[in-house]
Amino acid sequence: MPVDDTTVAAQDHRAFEAGLDALEAPTLPPRPGPGAVFLRSVLPPIVAVVTFIGLWQLAYSTDLKPSYALPSPLDVFWTLDQTIRDGRAWDAISISVSRGALGFLASLAVGTVLGLAMWRSRWLRAAIGPFVSGLQSLPSVAWVPAAIIWFGLSDAAIYAVVLLGAVPSIANGLLAGFDQVPPLLDKVGRVLGLGTVGRIRHVLLPAALPGYLAGLKQGWAFSWRSLMAAELITYSPALGIGLGQLLNIGRELNAMDLVITSIFVILVVGVAIELLIFAPLERRVLRTRGLTH
Amino acid sequence: MLDRIDFDVAPGEFVCLLGASGCGKSTLLSLIAGLGTPTSGSIEVTVGRPALMFQEPALLPWLTAAGNVELALKARRVGRRERRTEAERLLTLVNLTGQGRKRVHELSGGMRQRVALARALAQDSRLLLMDEPFAALDAITRDALHEELIRLWSEQGLSVVFVTHNVREAVRLGQRVLLMSSRPGRIVREWRVEMTQPRAIESPGVSALATEITHHLRAEISRHAR
Repeated sequence: MPVDDTTVAAQDHRAFEAGLDALEAPTLPPRPGPGAVFLRSVLPPIVAVVTFIGLWQLAYSTDLKPSYALPSPLDVFWTLDQTIRDGRAWDAISISVSRGALGFLASLAVGTVLGLAMWRSRWLRAAIGPFVSGLQSLPSVAWVPAAIIWFGLSDAAIYAVVLLGAVPSIANGLLAGFDQVPPLLDKVGRVLGLGTVGRIRHVLLPAALPGYLAGLKQGWAFSWRSLMAAELITYSPALGIGLGQLLNIGRELNAMDLVITSIFVILVVGVAIELLIFAPLERRVLRTRGLTH
Repeated sequence: MLDRIDFDVAPGEFVCLLGASGCGKSTLLSLIAGLGTPTSGSIEVTVGRPALMFQEPALLPWLTAAGNVELALKARRVGRRERRTEAERLLTLVNLTGQGRKRVHELSGGMRQRVALARALAQDSRLLLMDEPFAALDAITRDALHEELIRLWSEQGLSVVFVTHNVREAVRLGQRVLLMSSRPGRIVREWRVEMTQPRAIESPGVSALATEITHHLRAEISRHAR
């Protein structure tokens, strides 16, 4: 009975293949529970911070430096508390973060267009590629004097420094993203019959996304650094007091507690934006591709 | 690289192209797929755009298994709702029922290659080109996929051009086996495989013909020694 034979063979094959699939499908290790996460990634940095503050307190108690140069951890804490209470910290944060955000968005637009142009034109890439890469290693604080001479003590000078700092990273990130796209994937797009636009939209852009995101993350870090350098040096009453300027006031008053407070706030804001915006975005993109657990 | 290649594939026929490295069999397949144009001569594909499978699954890692199949449907401008049901149907056809939501990295090598097969079927072409599609798989998985492919081929009435350097695989699958020479790539000999499908790769008939073809393949390769 050939019909029955075929049916039996088909069922056999289904069972055989399902068994293979069950045996061969990669098993991902289970996600660690909250206790394990605490022990593995939360506890160590807490221990480090406590140790650091302890050593600081020890240095203060033994008068390693005069107290105006090395205030106690508690002095700094009170200064931080007061700076937050009288509103200076919030004002400075809102001025700096809005500048940082605007500067980053402008860099994003310029860097993306530049990256695309360099990717489309081999000639343009050969011509300016080395300089764009070179600019990445130039500390953007070097642009501050030039920006002040061109634009005066103005927001324009600050934004110029931020753009010069962040645009190369973003453009290079996009280029690196495109370079990493396996040629085979583009071939797949052609075999499936996608046109140029379809291939760019459905294959090239998603494939380049991880590299582009890494570029954006680095671009933000560079924006923030450049912004602090620019604010520290560029002072005018019209500009308001950003975090960089708050730091400068501390230096002019010889108030080490305010200096440390400012450094602390600058660090916290930079890290917070990285952790709240870029890290989740990157994790999501990498996880869907199985590149991270 | 290729020279005086002349062969036809009849509707519903399964043809295996066999040859050593450097014989240009992959190039030939790319030309048939329309990924390049021959320097002289012409290729006539009467069934529209052929589907092509590679040695790597070449799935898009940011899409799910179903998403990969749906992209082929999207390229054919199939409507959104129809895409979903059609992708599910094709995944069932390759024995991946209910696995559509899995990401590429959650699938085994054999499962990935079956998703790639479902994606190729989604192109709804009468001609399926396969470029050593099972070469990277282990023997057991390859065996399962041979069975799968023969079943689909006979059910769907496809024409298949299957490139391989594995003689037994060629005899296991094809109705015709074409042996290619290297540098330049030419078709030097042709065998008709008279055994009926499904046939087992370890059957005496497959073994006997594979031994004969291997003899010719070795002779062809030895010509390049100096």
